[in-house]
Amino acid sequence: MDQSGIGLWGVPLAMLAGAIRVSTPFIFVSVGECLTERSGRINLGLEGTLVMGAMSAYGTALASGSPWLGVGVAALVGLLLGALHAGICQLPRVNDIATGIGLMLFATGLAFFLGKPFIQPKAPNLGAIDLGWWSSIPQVRQALQVNYLFVLGIALAFALAWALKTTRWGLIVRLAGESVDAALAIGTHVGRVRMIATAVGGSFAGIGGAFLSLYYPGSWNEGLSSGQGLMAVALVIFARWDPVRCLWASLLFGAAGAISPALQSVGVTEGYYLFSAAPYVLTLVLMIATCSPERSLRGAPGELGAVRQKEMRQWPGSMSTRAPIPGPGTAT
Amino acid sequence: MSPKDQVALESPPAALVTAPASSSARDNMRAILERIAVPALALLASAVIFGLLLAIYAGVDPLEAFALMYQGAFGTWFSWQNTLTRAAPLILTALCTALPARLGLVIIGNEGALVLGGVAAAAAGVAVSAASPLVVQLTMIVAGMLAGGLWIAFAGALRQYRGVNETISSLLLTYIAIALMNHFVEGPLRDPESLNKPSTRAIGDINMIGTIPGMDVHWGLAFGIVACIAVFLFQRFTTWGFAMEVIGGNPKTARMMGLNVGRYVLLACGAGGAAAGLAGTVEVAAVMGRANASLAVGYGYSGILVSFLARHNPLAIIPVAVLLGGISASGGLLQRRLDLPDAAVVVLQGIIFVVILASETLYGRLLPRRQGS
Repeated sequence: MDQSGIGLWGVPLAMLAGAIRVSTPFIFVSVGECLTERSGRINLGLEGTLVMGAMSAYGTALASGSPWLGVGVAALVGLLLGALHAGICQLPRVNDIATGIGLMLFATGLAFFLGKPFIQPKAPNLGAIDLGWWSSIPQVRQALQVNYLFVLGIALAFALAWALKTTRWGLIVRLAGESVDAALAIGTHVGRVRMIATAVGGSFAGIGGAFLSLYYPGSWNEGLSSGQGLMAVALVIFARWDPVRCLWASLLFGAAGAISPALQSVGVTEGYYLFSAAPYVLTLVLMIATCSPERSLRGAPGELGAVRQKEMRQWPGSMSTRAPIPGPGTAT
Repeated sequence: MSPKDQVALESPPAALVTAPASSSARDNMRAILERIAVPALALLASAVIFGLLLAIYAGVDPLEAFALMYQGAFGTWFSWQNTLTRAAPLILTALCTALPARLGLVIIGNEGALVLGGVAAAAAGVAVSAASPLVVQLTMIVAGMLAGGLWIAFAGALRQYRGVNETISSLLLTYIAIALMNHFVEGPLRDPESLNKPSTRAIGDINMIGTIPGMDVHWGLAFGIVACIAVFLFQRFTTWGFAMEVIGGNPKTARMMGLNVGRYVLLACGAGGAAAGLAGTVEVAAVMGRANASLAVGYGYSGILVSFLARHNPLAIIPVAVLLGGISASGGLLQRRLDLPDAAVVVLQGIIFVVILASETLYGRLLPRRQGS
């Protein structure tokens, strides 16, 4: 890419472009995980769902010639994987964190297994909206190529925030996440609510995967996702379980992920790999900054990570809300 | 505390809780039977699911595939040695999950600790390569274990002192570790002569850790087995080991007993990371001779699986690692004979993982239970 015309301005511009392009999978996965976690279930396996979504979308687009059909199939695959996760976690004494890790390995392996024939051929890509028509600078025009899925992701984040806050359905999801006892008391079927929330969250992650293989980077290979699904899960904690904050955080992560290629494009190759670790370091730093050993996180659903012993009773040993392992300061 | 009660308390910590401890001999018997029957059933179910996948999707006769897998994993002395060579790093990386699991922590940063251990070992080995081989080897081992240990201890410290979820932080640290490896291997530590595959300088043939006499398997296997036995003895017979069990079982009780929980968290995470770092060291010092991107081939991720399948029991890790090493060793044969993608064995590992986790629910329900127990 020739950056001579705009010089070092190429870096912030490329980061803006990155925030738009790289962030889309983050938006979908984190909004999906947000929904799932608000219902009181953790799905760490969304990384695998993302990869399966990418593979199935690419394969479908290749076979049918329609990328949008691919997006639909990816959503369906994500739905099924989410339902599988929810179904397994509903068994008594099954740990949802470990199951998530297991399904992540399984789905990634399955995607590589089934996706072997799709590595070489080129599938049709999803189109983009050209928002940079007013500019004569090619870099600006390229940066403002906005994919439809990005717009859909933004709409989804606001829609979910609204639905959780104001609709009856959103109230039931939040109730299942905050207090199983209260939900049972008003006759809610907690298992069914979580099943639906996890399956729908999985389908969002599947769409995020479709974006990876059908738009950016826009091909299917085994190194397509490098932990975006997991970072998105961490991002939900950082965003304090709020879909709109998930959106902002995703944009931030997208920009961080674009630092390394942006610097390379203006000729800074020194420390390329160090800069490529920027999103991971950023996630870690944000987690360190926002977590606290003294109190459980503000905004965290009350039932998050509770392992069901029997009859939906709470069990100590949850993920982010469990009483922290006492430190030396608190020992008596 | 009587020995029998110790057996009953052997079960993993609360987060991965098993059948409730019981006092009568008959219930103990039932618990032991269950611990054999449930995983066996789960393995059988996994084989059926995998077989169906092969038959329906790939059009391969599952029985033929399983026969080939057996042959590739355990059929000949040659395949046994291949299996054991692959099992060695799995045993060591599994300890990286198993040791912190005793405290109720779920650490999955094994791959990162392995990779950094390998790079540190290679750097240290190159730095002192003029010394006598024994000194070089010891330096490499210390450097590798230190790098891996500090890396995972960092995740433990974040959990303990900042409340950062250790599962996610340790995985993020893995990606950072791989980026660091790429940086060092392509930058400061690069051997200018390695063109196609950027690598560090070689540690020198004379400094390599050789094979166990009488077989073609390197010493990493022995290191792993010794480490597992040592961890078992530590957990079973020392006060510190018992303290860790108390913390894992109930942090509140541990706090009331005045245990210094932070120290145990750092110790368990550091020792686990050191084991994974040793796995990386062995890959460099006994297999590759230098560090490059081949360090990150997924031994760390398989190690997570091994630890969960072994229910974080250090002695059970050894046979489980051999089983999984065998599955991965048979991948090549499946690819050559049946034209299956090399990811087939990863799929099988994933199926086993999920089914075994789901089978947790069967404990206490599989065999008829006495009334009132």
